[in-house]
Amino acid sequence: MSDWIEIGTIEDIPVLGARVVSTADGNIGVFRTVDDEIFALRDECPHQKGPLSQGIVHGKRVTCPLHNWNIELDGGAVVAPDEGCTASYPVKIEDGKIFLSLVATA
Amino acid sequence: MKEKLVLIGNGMAGMRAIEELLDIAPEMYDITVFGAEPYGNYNRILLSPVLAGEKTIDDIMLNDEQWYADNGIALHKGKKVSSIDRRNRKVIAEDGTTEEYDRLLLATGSNPFIIPVPGHDLPGVISFRDIYDVDAMLESSKKHKHAVVIGGGLLGLEAANGLMLQGMHVTVVHLVDTLMERQMDAVSGGMLKKSLEERGLNFLMGTSTEAIIGEDHVKGVRFKDGLEIAADLVVMAVGIRPNMELAESVGLHCERGVVVNDTMQTYDPKIYAIGECVQHRGDTYGLVAPLFEQAKVCANHLAKMGIARYEGSVTSTKLKVTGIDLFSAGDFIGDDTTEEIVMQDAGRGIYKKIVLKDNKIQGAVMYGDTVDGAWYFQLMRDGTDTSDFRTALMLGQAHLGDSGHGGNTAAANMSDDMEVCGCNGVCKGDIVKAITTKGLFTLDDVRSHTKASNSCGSCTGLVEQILASTLGGDYSAAPHSKPMCKCTDHSHDDVRQAIKERHLISIRGVMDAMQWKSVDGCASCRPALNYYVIATWPAEAKDDAQSRFINERAHANIQKDGTYSVVPRMWGGLTTPKELRAIADVVDKFKVPEMKVTGGQRIDLFGIKKEDLPAVWADLNTAGMVSGHAYGKSLRTVKTCVGKTWCRFGTQDSTGVGVELERLSWGSWMPHKFKMAVSGCPRNCAEATIKDYGVVCVDSGYELHVGGNGGITVRVTDLLCKVETEEEVYEYSKAFMQLYREEAHYLERTAPWIERVGLSHIKQYVEEDAENRKALAARFDESQKYAQIDPWAERASKGVAKHEFTSLKQIG
Repeated sequence: MSDWIEIGTIEDIPVLGARVVSTADGNIGVFRTVDDEIFALRDECPHQKGPLSQGIVHGKRVTCPLHNWNIELDGGAVVAPDEGCTASYPVKIEDGKIFLSLVATA
Repeated sequence: MKEKLVLIGNGMAGMRAIEELLDIAPEMYDITVFGAEPYGNYNRILLSPVLAGEKTIDDIMLNDEQWYADNGIALHKGKKVSSIDRRNRKVIAEDGTTEEYDRLLLATGSNPFIIPVPGHDLPGVISFRDIYDVDAMLESSKKHKHAVVIGGGLLGLEAANGLMLQGMHVTVVHLVDTLMERQMDAVSGGMLKKSLEERGLNFLMGTSTEAIIGEDHVKGVRFKDGLEIAADLVVMAVGIRPNMELAESVGLHCERGVVVNDTMQTYDPKIYAIGECVQHRGDTYGLVAPLFEQAKVCANHLAKMGIARYEGSVTSTKLKVTGIDLFSAGDFIGDDTTEEIVMQDAGRGIYKKIVLKDNKIQGAVMYGDTVDGAWYFQLMRDGTDTSDFRTALMLGQAHLGDSGHGGNTAAANMSDDMEVCGCNGVCKGDIVKAITTKGLFTLDDVRSHTKASNSCGSCTGLVEQILASTLGGDYSAAPHSKPMCKCTDHSHDDVRQAIKERHLISIRGVMDAMQWKSVDGCASCRPALNYYVIATWPAEAKDDAQSRFINERAHANIQKDGTYSVVPRMWGGLTTPKELRAIADVVDKFKVPEMKVTGGQRIDLFGIKKEDLPAVWADLNTAGMVSGHAYGKSLRTVKTCVGKTWCRFGTQDSTGVGVELERLSWGSWMPHKFKMAVSGCPRNCAEATIKDYGVVCVDSGYELHVGGNGGITVRVTDLLCKVETEEEVYEYSKAFMQLYREEAHYLERTAPWIERVGLSHIKQYVEEDAENRKALAARFDESQKYAQIDPWAERASKGVAKHEFTSLKQIG
């Protein structure tokens, strides 16, 4: 797995917020937690494809704006009792810059 | 080395406490559990459906043995504890097993009371308490024909019903003349008896048992009046007694139960007790909900957090007999100091009685139609003064107007395949199955597992009924103690008060000051806190965009495909050719796929891409239009009728009043959406009487109506008062909005708010006290200084929140 793509800096994303990286295969939501951890998920809720990047980020989770499903930012699993998983993408930070790999881990 | 916690009693209360403890302090103790029964923990309240053949034992297991292993808990099943060495802190079981403890939790439950008549110890005489009893009854029903159930209370009737369904001929013997006399009055008890007789049960009322006859097995029962009937099985269900034998024998202070304080501690500080074995503030409890409340408090103290208190519970009762719908709570008999309202419709088999004291509900008993039971229970818990809506009390809250569940109001009469939740397509059977197989106990549990009543909430009453009739009772935390969300133990009112009194001006400040349990809240509490700090400190609090729902962050309404809809403001519903041209041009330029007129007399543009929003707004701004706030918990629209200029019936300048109301209130954030309307005459074409604030012009002035809404439950406004001048209309509207902004809970519309606090309260602040009205209006004006900034213009031309509308990067 390689092909890291620089997508911006941590400061480009609001704390407890998200930005979208658009790709030929659809959008990826890039999320920033209160501790400046960065996670990338396919921007689709497993439930009805709601854009997760538009949800409220809390802890290491995001709440989908359409029907309030909660998704783990780390790995993309849906929080019980709902079920499902959304694809997540590897991210690394170097000198405040965010690098994204388009090879989904799940 | 971890401390040792020993639990005596492997039942629902004790294990709930362990589960709560594992939740909040998973690593604190080495836990050992003693249980006298040779099983894991099962849902005892579902024994009746097992007896009735509707469930199996496997269905009702809560914690199987694997669960104990997975959680590192040592389970001594089938071992009865015989003694506690308090000095050396040791528990000793009958078989000699000994365990040391640092903390001990007693949850020994209760024992059935056996009347000591001759023959009570014969084979074939049993109680109805555990799996053994159910097995014995099922076994007996296969071989024998005649059963006598002594006791016509809740448990006795459930046992009798179950045995009848297993094919036995059942006679219920009851000492007094009313069945379930602790839960029913004479009328409802009589209706219940008639209904059960129609199903095939036999009753001997006012009958006292003298002896149980038989030599090596029960053969019959003899009564004090000399009557004898044949019986192959006798079930004693005359009540339960707290099981405090062990506690008493080791010198713990007991009265009717093991006496505990508000932290669930016994007189030995190392020993806690919860469940049916305890006596708290003079009361003992047999329903599951209070026991769970106790378990939560106890776990908090075992985890050494030391902040929770149990302050007693008010409970209501339901009979778990399929198809019979009854409800009772509180004091439903009454005395010289109470009044009662009674409704009886024998033809439909419906009876309702509410007992009031000083206009507050003391208790209620209902038969046949219990849909409003939860509402009466809530009013009783809250101590709500009902004088404002006394005439409507008997008609109920969930009357006409509720949409979304096919007009069903009585869950007991619904078949399993009937839809309860119209939003999420959940049937009654799905809910019952989830409650029993997943071990659900609260409305929130059911909501999160089944989604029933999780969207619009209109079927909440039905779901509560299903829950109550499946579990045999209901219980709700009083609102003053109901936490905002899982992130805190504080209620909305606590939080609002602290923000005001302690000058908290940021979400972080509130979370720190009130010891939030999560790092940065959740999607439920953050928007509420953001609103509360802004509404309380408009000049100082800074809006937190990341704590707003996307619609308020993007200033447009998100749609199911991720695009947005845009509604420009049209003051009072008036528009001009210039505005319409500008809107038409936007539609052409941005290829907007659909436009429609909204219910609030505005034009909605659908299917706009997020990145186009600022450009769309720039074009609309150029034509003089601003945000319509159609997306916000805020002032939405002021709807008007034709008006005096054209209408031959019009009085007053209703359209002008509507425009001015919208001018003065636009941009204000509210606890929930807020809609207004002004009608020019009592024909009320603007439908002002189903708005949050409605003005109906009459020849002599203006009627001011408050607290209405359309939607799921249509609520018609209450008349606040009548005023004579336009200036008064504006002042009263500001005062009303400000009172709502300062007092309501986030996401509570004016209708439920008014029902909660009472119209008298609103009148007192807004109408009767002129000084206070002016002060409220002044605070509203002050707040508007910071709120009336067009969010569209800021984003369209001043570059505010640019990141919101552009992608971080485009790849490929």
